[in-house]
Amino acid sequence: MPELPPSVRGFGVTFKTIFKRVVTEQYPEQADRFPPKPRFHGRHQLNRWADGLEKCIGCELCAWACPADAILVEGANNEDGDRHSPGERYGRVYQINYLRCIFCGLCIEACPTRALTMTNEFELADDNRVDLIFTKEDLLAPLLPGMVAPPHDMVADFDEKDYYAGKVIGATPEQQRSAIDDRVAKEGS
Amino acid sequence: MTIAPGPEQTQTDLVTVVVDDISVRVPKGTLVIRVAEQMGVEIPRFCDHPLLDAVAACRMCLIEIDGNPKPQPACAITVTDGMKVKTQRTSPVAEKAQEGVMEFLLLNHPLDCPICDKGGECPLQNQAMTAGRGESRFEGKKRTFPKPINISAQILLDRERCVSCARCTRFADQIAGDPMLELLERGAQQQVGVADDAPFDSYFSGNTIQICPVGALTSSLYRFRSRPFDLVSTPTTCEHCASGCSLRTDVRRGEITRRLAWDDPEVNEEWNCDKGRFAFKYTHDGRVKTPLIREDGELRPASWPEALDAAARGLAAAGDRVGVLTGGRLTREDAYSYAKFARIVLGTDDIDFRSRPASDEEAQFLAAAVAGRLLGPTYADLDAADNVVMVGLEPEDESPIIMLRLRRAARKAGTRVWGVSPVNTRGLAKVDGTWVPCRAGDEAALLRSALQSGDSPADGSAEAAAVQITRALSTPGAVLLIGERLASVPGALSAAWALAERTGARVGWVPRRAGERGALDAGALAGLLPGGRPLTDPTARAEVARVWGVEPDQLPRYAGRAGSGAIVESASALVLAGIEPDDDPDRSAILAALGSETFVVSIETHHSAVTELADVILPVAVDAERAGSYTDWEGRVRPFGAAITGVSTVTDSRVLAMLADTMDRSIGRGDIGELRSELAALGNWTGSRAAAPDAIPETRVSDGLRLASWRLLLDLGRLQDGEPHLAATARATEALMSPATAAAYGLTDGALVTVTAVGTGSRPRGSVCVALRLDDVAHDTVWLPMNSPGCSVLVDLQSVPGESVLISLEASA
Repeated sequence: MPELPPSVRGFGVTFKTIFKRVVTEQYPEQADRFPPKPRFHGRHQLNRWADGLEKCIGCELCAWACPADAILVEGANNEDGDRHSPGERYGRVYQINYLRCIFCGLCIEACPTRALTMTNEFELADDNRVDLIFTKEDLLAPLLPGMVAPPHDMVADFDEKDYYAGKVIGATPEQQRSAIDDRVAKEGS
Repeated sequence: MTIAPGPEQTQTDLVTVVVDDISVRVPKGTLVIRVAEQMGVEIPRFCDHPLLDAVAACRMCLIEIDGNPKPQPACAITVTDGMKVKTQRTSPVAEKAQEGVMEFLLLNHPLDCPICDKGGECPLQNQAMTAGRGESRFEGKKRTFPKPINISAQILLDRERCVSCARCTRFADQIAGDPMLELLERGAQQQVGVADDAPFDSYFSGNTIQICPVGALTSSLYRFRSRPFDLVSTPTTCEHCASGCSLRTDVRRGEITRRLAWDDPEVNEEWNCDKGRFAFKYTHDGRVKTPLIREDGELRPASWPEALDAAARGLAAAGDRVGVLTGGRLTREDAYSYAKFARIVLGTDDIDFRSRPASDEEAQFLAAAVAGRLLGPTYADLDAADNVVMVGLEPEDESPIIMLRLRRAARKAGTRVWGVSPVNTRGLAKVDGTWVPCRAGDEAALLRSALQSGDSPADGSAEAAAVQITRALSTPGAVLLIGERLASVPGALSAAWALAERTGARVGWVPRRAGERGALDAGALAGLLPGGRPLTDPTARAEVARVWGVEPDQLPRYAGRAGSGAIVESASALVLAGIEPDDDPDRSAILAALGSETFVVSIETHHSAVTELADVILPVAVDAERAGSYTDWEGRVRPFGAAITGVSTVTDSRVLAMLADTMDRSIGRGDIGELRSELAALGNWTGSRAAAPDAIPETRVSDGLRLASWRLLLDLGRLQDGEPHLAATARATEALMSPATAAAYGLTDGALVTVTAVGTGSRPRGSVCVALRLDDVAHDTVWLPMNSPGCSVLVDLQSVPGESVLISLEASA
């Protein structure tokens, strides 16, 4: 077979590729078809106990572990009537600066209460710096059915050890009632 | 304290010990743990503390000593000649023993590190890593206690975390002399505790938090505030009193989170008082933020140039009839700037730093005996003295580190302390002092009779006390400590100085506020130029004029007025810095001046009674925001750095420099380096000094009930603003009387009484109503706290200590 000139031979690659499967993912049009892998390191989330109390205790171990100094935490005391987490301490201020975060996941390893985990959400672009500092409100996990927004008391007769032992399965009727009472009191005033 | 061996000691008292196969020679009696420390071998420990007596409670420092069948605690064994010691570095036995002890300590220790304030700076955390096992073998249930419990309003105790090292109980007992903390129960139930009716209301309670090697003791103030890695630490000096404590200030994001006692063996060792540790909230609250100008009776914010211009015009209009009151809280550098500003910009010598009961006799005494003198007597001299006599000074309330040092001197060096005081105080008992009862106002007479006493002992009378004092002061190294309160007793300072001259005792003048000694040395007192130079001495004038770059003629020719009352009455303009009218017996004169035509420039950090009425207010930095220095009562300069950086506040010195520029007279730039080099160039006066005062004590007829008073450590002082937990540990507001006097007035312990001033002339008769407690008090005397909640002697009674008062049972009680 006589040799084709190189200029024509080069098109052979093009022709072969026309009949192969396309590997390009169409983002954002078809983003749903290609979800990230389950263990992908995306945006952080601050988890809740089943009754809605926060798992974060404000210990700052995540901030300590962070190699990029992206996390700021300030703890505070759970007062009577102003309880955000089981036990003595909660995270009053929680901020992650996504301009700094390198998504290494060392904070997740450091968290002693499994309060901090990473979601698969990776769409973290913005046009200004301030909005890329995520605060506690941005990071807290949504309230699922059966959860009551803190501040509220722990499940009656339980202490923080019962929470860690996984005995809490949802907000008790008592907790839900007191949450409604609080809301009524707040709106009434 | 480790005492360095003297020359002859090095010859005879050294022993040879072998530690980890290395032979060393150390002074006899050294603890094994210190020998190892000096060799660079760190033996783990919890209970050991160099300033506390050894107790060997935690057993963490076990080491192997040749000839001993079992491991021994290194913190409690002193070296002997030929001793062979093996630490964990060379001895598997010691290593295993330490590992075993650590395992025991961790058995009941909760896994609280994430929520514990000590996490990150915890000796137990650290040593569990170096000397512990990786995994716990314990499978049982840990012992638990309810947590945390308040052992005082400020101190929280978490008994689960305690390793029973007894540092806190030993501190309370040995150092502070407040043995309210004790180890209770036995075995696994052993716990630190207080009696139900006696909280740990010690003035020194905060130190136990700092020395606790675990997180068992924490403070309400610092609870969950931050982690060690968040903090930027700066070495600072305490601004609360003239003790001069070295502190460490920890700042997180521009806000002070806590202050710790820093190690200075010559001054505060490793301790401080709770006021120095916890009272810093004032730094942030109630600050003056911008310059303010009064216009049509209302204050309005103004720019710096506008405010400076207004101040300059007002001051220039007053000519040389300007008075300067600086208060006792300025740094050395700022007080110097005021002294310089007054003399060469305002052309006045009417300047005084004493915003408290003061007298001309005191000014004369300070010029003769204190201003511009070299260091001394010092804290070390208190240790070395056989006898220390305190007159007009309550050490625990008015200079807490003097109390701690005297207590140590009394316990360890056998120093005998004498307290000439109207009340036999808790502080005096702690220093094992001998109480010399003396009614307020009678100090002068007592010192005068001591001066005149021969060596013939008389007993049972004031005469006997006078002889005792003379004898005590005649012993080698004796120190006479004089409190600032003596200023209000005519003749007392004269007699004290003469007595010291006669007996050879050294005199320590102990002001209460941190800036007083520095202000005195810097020349912020009429008649005194910096370094204790007399204003009227030509050589002194020439020296100062040279450094200030002016002609000696440009300095005021005659000594000005001293005392806030005299200054305020004669001035048509005033420069006020950091003064509270309520601190001054002349408060009504000051308030009247503020409310009148007198033009008032207030250079202030906080809104106060002065800023409410001043014409121009210029805001300045608090200590935490600037560098500076104080001079403590010894005369020791205590520099500090700026703890909070990046704020735009300026110092008093900068404001004065700007104001001087606006008035077309330069006093320099007012930056810290320039001021310090000027102060160094000036140095102390070496020429002849003014004569000591020779005032004669008032002869007082029997005048019924007399008032005694001083400020408690924790009271209504403005620098304690915003700290309710600290305020809750203050001592109760109560009147003190002796049982005999109370009986004579028909009063009993616990009765609610009304103390009424005997008004003189224009002054009204004020009164206070407080509970009465019977105690060791001089006869015909009632003691009241000077400025505590519900009882302000200067404001409510308009009296000063030593004046007569009336007492009656509260009508409604």
